[in-house]
Amino acid sequence: METIKWEDEHIFQEVDSIIEKYWEEKSPLLCVLQEISLRWHYLPRPLMQHVAEKLDVPSSKVYGVATFYSFLETEPIGQHVVRVCESAPCHVRGAMDVLSTLKRELGIKEGETTRDGKFTLEVTSCLGVCGVAPAMMIDQVTYGNLTPERIREVLTLYN
Amino acid sequence: MFYRMHVLVEMSSTSIPLGAAQIKERLEREVEKAGLSQEIQILESGSLGAAVPSPFIAVYPDNIVYAPVKIGEVKRIVEEHFLKGRPVKDLIYFKEKTPGVHAFLPRSPLAKEKRVVLRNSGLIDPMNIEDYIARDGYLALARVLSLSPEEVIGIVKDSGLLGRGGAGFPTGLKWEFTYKAPGEEKYIVCNADEGEPGTFKDRLILEGDPHSVLEAMAIAGYAVGANTGYIYIRAEYPESIRHLETAIEQANQRGLLGKDIFGSGFDFQVKIRKGAGAYVCGEETALLESIEGGRGEPRVKPPYPPQSGLWGKPTVINNVETLANIPPIILNGPQWFKNIGTPTCPGTKVFTLTGNINNLGLTEVPMGITLRELILEIGGGVAQGNGLKLVQTGGPSGGTMTPDLLDVPMDFDTLPKYNSALGSGALTVIDDTHCIVDVTKNFCRFFLHESCGKCTPCRIGNKRVVEILERISVGEGKMEDLDTLKFLGEHMKTTSFCGLGQAAPNPLLRCLVFFQEEFEAHIVDKKCLTGSCEMNKGQKVLVH
Repeated sequence: METIKWEDEHIFQEVDSIIEKYWEEKSPLLCVLQEISLRWHYLPRPLMQHVAEKLDVPSSKVYGVATFYSFLETEPIGQHVVRVCESAPCHVRGAMDVLSTLKRELGIKEGETTRDGKFTLEVTSCLGVCGVAPAMMIDQVTYGNLTPERIREVLTLYN
Repeated sequence: MFYRMHVLVEMSSTSIPLGAAQIKERLEREVEKAGLSQEIQILESGSLGAAVPSPFIAVYPDNIVYAPVKIGEVKRIVEEHFLKGRPVKDLIYFKEKTPGVHAFLPRSPLAKEKRVVLRNSGLIDPMNIEDYIARDGYLALARVLSLSPEEVIGIVKDSGLLGRGGAGFPTGLKWEFTYKAPGEEKYIVCNADEGEPGTFKDRLILEGDPHSVLEAMAIAGYAVGANTGYIYIRAEYPESIRHLETAIEQANQRGLLGKDIFGSGFDFQVKIRKGAGAYVCGEETALLESIEGGRGEPRVKPPYPPQSGLWGKPTVINNVETLANIPPIILNGPQWFKNIGTPTCPGTKVFTLTGNINNLGLTEVPMGITLRELILEIGGGVAQGNGLKLVQTGGPSGGTMTPDLLDVPMDFDTLPKYNSALGSGALTVIDDTHCIVDVTKNFCRFFLHESCGKCTPCRIGNKRVVEILERISVGEGKMEDLDTLKFLGEHMKTTSFCGLGQAAPNPLLRCLVFFQEEFEAHIVDKKCLTGSCEMNKGQKVLVH
């Protein structure tokens, strides 16, 4: 995991250039937070504070938005986020087995991060790939028709 | 460059998780190795739905579809078919004899299917605007620009098109309200935040034919007097986002979006806004809040968006599938559209077949089709020969249908008579090996997870419901719990602030009635009749 050095000016410059990109938009807050989260995997508090000042919105509003959406994190998370779909179409095709296999393979429970900071395991609502249920998403990539064997195979791609 | 053969590889969210990208890569390598790169063009295409298993490879002009393709078979297809001209018979899924070119519509092997919304999906390269133009793309927009806005609204009203997001509100009326609302600045919003479990139709429409939605947004913009459109799309849909970004760029380059479209003086730009993982944002006013950069919490209605929507301006919010219907309606006329489907619900509906069913995927059929036809004829029946327990229509917030209701016509008017709903068109088939307490708990947990927390009935109601169901499912339930569940459900239905909380208890209330003996068996006998839930497995309770 990348350690952020707050004395480093260029981090704030990077945030400024993100804000610049959306400056013309009527309400850029969510777009800016999404980009920051793409870049640093989560929303570090000093950056949220900086965004609040630059966009001239209360920091309570920034924090409110940051904590509302499940794709935005306010605490550091793993390098890769594994999201297991637990909605009904996956549930009736064995999503619980997918989850238990992942827990066993990664040695963590849902909501936790592996000790090496590599994976965070989360349970999520429908991913919209019910045609290949049961499914999971790792970062931006979706994997379907999961079996314990296929899960192990997929995980090796990230090791 | 002139190619003798075009090969389309399905690159959709159904096929990519099954290795379509690797298949395409292998195909390119084998074609190159065979020295055919100058003769054969490999393109990407969208899904053909439940009719054809994923991933498929379609070969034109031979009109041959290979499906489902395994990576190990690619070499043989290239060497035998592409090089020697001998189609690989044992791998062919279906073969159409009609001579045609790249842009031709294979007849679906399913006679019941009727493709209006999915007219291009699986046939064109969605990343190439010329493919869309070759299939009359942007012709409807050109035609509309020579009509008056009133005439355009008139056509849509006459067609009887009802919103396909779930509520079934007449699209033409929505446009008319927005057109008549005072104000210079107006907006078109495309709701692509489909989060209802079991629904992925909008995703495959956007992946397979993004321009049809862009064209329709521009038509809507001209009709109501808006110059900007927003597409609000789930962050979970990276392929759809990529296709939309490319489509917008190509349309802008050709002057089909942007300033002075077709020299008419009409300007229209489309912007993408990504969601961040919140089901409630599919509720139209919560969606507006999210575009405005805030927490996606619903607003008080009225005023409705046609009066006061995005930044308080008159706004049309249409679902992806609704919009994809617009260009064909303009080109073929309202009467053509009314000849499809039922008199009160004209047109087709895209259904997604999910759960314990043999053929998973999406299918487009005329409105009014029965569940029996959908499940048995198109879906190929319940998986593994099991019995049917229930079908959840329209996702958890829709309705629960039991096997005795298989012959009810599926449309917006009929299903409410059975306390059910068409909703988004998701069908989740659940077979009789599943425990009803477990399934109901799954539905209710979904709403607990997705409640935005703004109003008490939804925030607390869902929490209490899940707690009680968790107790029942581990054998700690009491008979009076069933009355409490009913009480909570009915109050959530009548007092919640928005559609999410009002619809949340739907499956619970229906299942309590239909499957009362199963709930009682868990409470009284401490036994699960199907033997498939936590009661018997001794699993630990999952907490979100």
